[in-house]
Formats: sequence, structure tokens, C-alpha cells
Amino acid sequence: MTGKTILEVRNLMATVAGVEILKGLDLTIRAGEVHAIMGPNGSGKSTFAKVLAGHPAYTVTGGEVLFEGKNLFELAPEERARAGLFLGFQYPIEVPGVTSAAFLRLAHNTVQGARGKDEMDPLEFDDYVQDKLKLLDIDPVLLERSVNDGFSGGEKKRNEILQMAILEPKLAILDEADSGLDIDALRIVANGVNQLRRPDNAVLLVTHYQRLLNYIVPDYVHVMDAGRIIKTGGKELALELESRGYDWVSDEYKSKAAA
Amino acid sequence: MEVVKTGYLEQLLRGLPTSPTGSRGWLHALRADALERANALAVPTTRDEDWRFTDLSPLYRTAFQRAETPGNASAADVSAWTLPEAGSRLVFLDGQFVAALSDIRSEAGLTVRPLGAVVTEADALLPEHLGRYVDYSAEPFAALNTAWLQDGALIALARNHVAAKPVHLLFVSTRAEVVSYPRVLMVAQPGSDCTLIEDFVSLHEGAYLTNAVAEVVVAPNARVRHVRLQREGKAAFHISTCGVRVERDGCYQTVAVALGARISRYNLNVAQAGEGAQCHIDGLALIDGRQLADTHSFLDHACPDGSSRQMHKCIVGGAAHAVFSGKILVRPGAQRTNSSQESRNLLLTDKAHVDTKPQLEIFADDVKCAHGAAIGQLDPEHVFYLKSRGLSEATARDLLTFAFATEIVARIPVPSLVKRLEEAVVRQTRGRQN
Repeated sequence: MTGKTILEVRNLMATVAGVEILKGLDLTIRAGEVHAIMGPNGSGKSTFAKVLAGHPAYTVTGGEVLFEGKNLFELAPEERARAGLFLGFQYPIEVPGVTSAAFLRLAHNTVQGARGKDEMDPLEFDDYVQDKLKLLDIDPVLLERSVNDGFSGGEKKRNEILQMAILEPKLAILDEADSGLDIDALRIVANGVNQLRRPDNAVLLVTHYQRLLNYIVPDYVHVMDAGRIIKTGGKELALELESRGYDWVSDEYKSKAAA
Repeated sequence: MEVVKTGYLEQLLRGLPTSPTGSRGWLHALRADALERANALAVPTTRDEDWRFTDLSPLYRTAFQRAETPGNASAADVSAWTLPEAGSRLVFLDGQFVAALSDIRSEAGLTVRPLGAVVTEADALLPEHLGRYVDYSAEPFAALNTAWLQDGALIALARNHVAAKPVHLLFVSTRAEVVSYPRVLMVAQPGSDCTLIEDFVSLHEGAYLTNAVAEVVVAPNARVRHVRLQREGKAAFHISTCGVRVERDGCYQTVAVALGARISRYNLNVAQAGEGAQCHIDGLALIDGRQLADTHSFLDHACPDGSSRQMHKCIVGGAAHAVFSGKILVRPGAQRTNSSQESRNLLLTDKAHVDTKPQLEIFADDVKCAHGAAIGQLDPEHVFYLKSRGLSEATARDLLTFAFATEIVARIPVPSLVKRLEEAVVRQTRGRQN
């Protein structure tokens, strides 16, 4: 509890198409920490991730989010990215016709340029990206292909972590980073994320299954249900959820609320 | 109304020499027949099913005359459009061949010649093929082109000859109020292979009419790649028809791009007239302002084991209007035909408009055919993904528009043209935001 606060979420409420999904969510993330949000389908996990990144389909109806002390909702999605917030997508978008190399360089120059770093030309960027490709065991040939176009599920997920490595966010939110991955691909993705951890950044994992957390060990596990975080524990909570399911947490929360 | 319509055709036919000098009997007969058809036909209006979405009345308000002599343009004027990959280049000013700007390279097995020089010779190719693949009896503009048939290009490939480099035909408009009637005939003998580039450009921003006809014969086992680039001036009218015959195991691949003209119409009629014929037909219209770009394609699967793949895309900005009508006919004997057709359309503004009409008519029972059409705006999920990587709204939209166009542009087998078109796409998307 020594790192400075990166993200402070207070009583966050949000709707999509008029339906209330987030109903008063509280969460604090400090530098150097890994948090995991778990919960049954429909509990609002992915909505929370998208609201933080500024997805236009969601409307914030209450509460506040401070990102490094600043009001996150005053920033457009691209400004949040430049400020150091990163969302790894569950289903990354394919952009046929734009090479991965060109896209990554454009993203790098836009985000890192906003932080005062020099823009890189294609040759400089090529050097810069090589180590990061190795870290994620990505074939350099992939950079010459269109963004995510025809990539396998595993390649897409690794490509998301590659983007995280290039953009060096202060907070990386990874939405179902493990879905669809076999065990080898999962290890590569997890290893990549672990290598990118630093004392001054933080990771928020949104996941349905405990499996990922064997490889990226969280400091805190939060259980989300019906748009709220209803229980917070250490990494052992994930194992308990794996063996006992979510119902008992929900029951415990309800009985506490009734008392 | 009939009087007005007839009057317009009469204007266009004014000055037509009744007996073209020096021409052979067959040409005289062809032109006389076309003239008779043109006189019998009325110019199309939006009451004609094939012209329902394309109102030509702005064209009918202006009487264009055929230029007696080609306009003035220097090599420097046309240098921006030359292509490093091309072999022979024929340059036409206002529809007339200009030797001084052209570069005809001799290659055994490949004939590239201005049509004006060939029509007076006793060459069997022309009477055998000219006017056979475009039906001018029902289409007044094709009839007009044929009645005026004087200049254009003949490209002939000998049996099994693979052309070393693409043939580039550059049609340049040099002045307003002029109509040109370029005519192209390409005959690819069995086993031959060639790339043909037709490029329509302008040196001015005045109004003029290009009325072009091309005919392409792909003999057994031959392959023709046909690139067609319509980048006329923004006040121009462009109406053209291309008729293609693909014989047994022949392959016709085409990419047609429409960027220019106030109103443009491209009719592409492809007949698969032999077993195992293949076609790849790609089209892209990239328009804005008050432009209208209309493509009508007709693909006739008449023989067994043919295949075709068609993708037509429109990117429409401003208050522009794109039209696509694509008909695929699979005749009773054309078993095991494999055909797909897709029309995809991107509307960049609220006032942009697309009419698309893919049509399949299948009379054989053992075929695989698919078609579809989609009209939409940029997917907000895609825009959000790019913005979440720090890209501004404008950059994200540019990139996605570029990506949409480039799928078609990248299929052009001429790298310098791909690069130039990609730049044109970027320019046009940028221009839209200002």
C-alpha cells in the first residue's frame, strides 16, 4: 500500500441503451499492483473496462473516476490512451489494408509523442519493436500483415500485449486476456504481462476464469456481481471461487446487506 | 419530351461523315448500322429501368461537339500520368491519337496500334471482332461510339505470347465542350497473357463528355488483366461500355476505379463463353461533392465449370450518389458454376447516397452462388479501437476509410498506380474533413 494511487473509482454508475449495468462501483488501484476482477457473465466486468476506456455506447450516470488524480471523464478515449490508460480488447478489431507495423508506429508516435518522446521513423521503430516481438514470441512477419487480419485468436491476444508493450501504459486493463488461448499461448501472454510490470504501473485483469491468475498473480481479487464489487480478497479468493462458484459470495453479500 | 430526347442525339450525330473516308466496306456497314440504331433509339431517362437511379438530364443540357483536331498538350502536361511499369503507351487527346506523346515499343507477339491507322488496312482482326461484344442495338451511347468509330487502340496478342509489360492507354481531355469517342479492341489469342490499363484524365475542370467503348476477347487459356481508371475532371460526363468474351479456361481479371466526373456510368458485360472460364471483377467508386458514379455489370455464365468473384465497393462523401447494379446469370447448361458477388458501401456523410442492386438469376441446378450487399458508416467499434490506441477521431476515420478502399486498390497489378491511388484516397478523405 505504498505506491501512489493510479485509479480511484467512486460509486460509478453506467448504462447502456438505457439499461443500468454499473450500480455503484468502488475500486482503488495503486502503482505496482495487479488487480483481478472476476464474476459471472453479465455482472458488468467488461462494461467496467469499456467505460474506463471511454467506449461511446456507455453512458456514465453517476460517481467519479480519477486517473492519477484527474477526472477521467473529461478526457476523450484517445486522450485517455495518451495519458497512459490501455485497454486490451477481448475481441481485437481487424483492420484490413493497414499493416501492423504502420499502425503500431502511428500509435506509438501518437501516444509516446504526447508524453514528449521523439517520434520514430519506420527504421527506428523496427529496431525498437524487435525485443518486444521476442518477449511475446511473435513472428516479425506478422508486422507486415494487416492489423489482426487473418490472425489466429492467440496471435490477436499476443498482438494486444505487444501494443501494451509499445504504448507503456500506467494502467493496463486486460479484458479476458486469456479467452480462447491454449496453455502455451496463455503462458506467453502471461509472461509478457509479467515482464511489463514495473513499480510505477499497474494491471487490472478482467477475467471469468481463475486459470490466468496462476500465471499473473494478483495482489487483489474482486468479485463483481450485478454492477458492484461485492467482495475483495487476496489471490486465494480466486481459488476459492474456482472450487465453490460465485453463489456463496452473492449470498454472503445479501445477508450482510440485510443485517 | 421525345422531341427533346431525339434532338439531343441529333446534336451528337451532327457532323458525322456519312461515308468515312478510306474505310473498308465492313467498317462503313458497321458504322451505318450503328447510326441507324442511334437514330432509332432515344437517350435514356430515369424512366428506363437501367437508368432509374442515374439522371442524365444535366448532360442533355449541353451540346458537345467532336473535336476536329486534338487539343494541345505537351509531354510535360501528361508526364504526371505516365507509369514506370508500362511498356507501350498510347496517348489520346480529346479522343484522338497523338503519336508525339505516345511510346509504342515493338515486341514480337504483341501488336499495339492506334485504331485510326488500322481501320484502313486489310487486317482480318477488326472485321472479325469489332462491334461483336458490345450490343449497340439497345444502348444509344454504344451506338453513338460505334457510329463515330474513328480512333482508339488495337491490342492483339499472338498465341502463347506473354506480354513483358502492361499496355497503357491514356485518354486526356484538353478542353471543355468537346465529346470524344475512344474505342478499344483487345484480342488475346489462346494461351497469351497481358495487362491493359485504360486511364481517363483531364487537364482542365470544364464540362466535356467521354463516350468510350472497349471490347476484350480472352481466347482459350489466355489471361487478361484489365485496369480501368476513371479520373476525369469534376465537371465531366463519362459514359462507357466494356464487352468481354472469355473462352474455355480463359481468365479475365479487372479492377475498375471511378474517382472523377460529375456523372459517370460504366457498363461491364462479361460473357463466359467456354468451359472453365474465370473472372475476377473488382470495382471501387470514391466520390464526394455532388458526384454520381454508376456501375452496371452483367456477368453471363453460359458454360459449365466457370467461376467468378466480384467485389464492388463505394465510398461516398458529401452529397454524392453511387449506384451499383450487378447481375449474374447462370444459364441452364452452366453446371458447377462457382460465383460470388459482394457490394459493400461506405457512407461518410448523412447526405451521401447509395443504390445497390445485386441480382442472381440461376437456371442450372448444380451451382454454388452467393451474393450480398451492405451499406453502412464506419463501424463505431473499429473507430473506438483505434482511438483507444491514441489515434484522433479524424485519423481513425481516415485509416479505416483507407483500409476499406485499399482492399480493391491493392489488387491492381501495377505498384506505382496502387501507390498513387492510395495517395488519392488519403487526399480525398482528408479533403472531406475541411
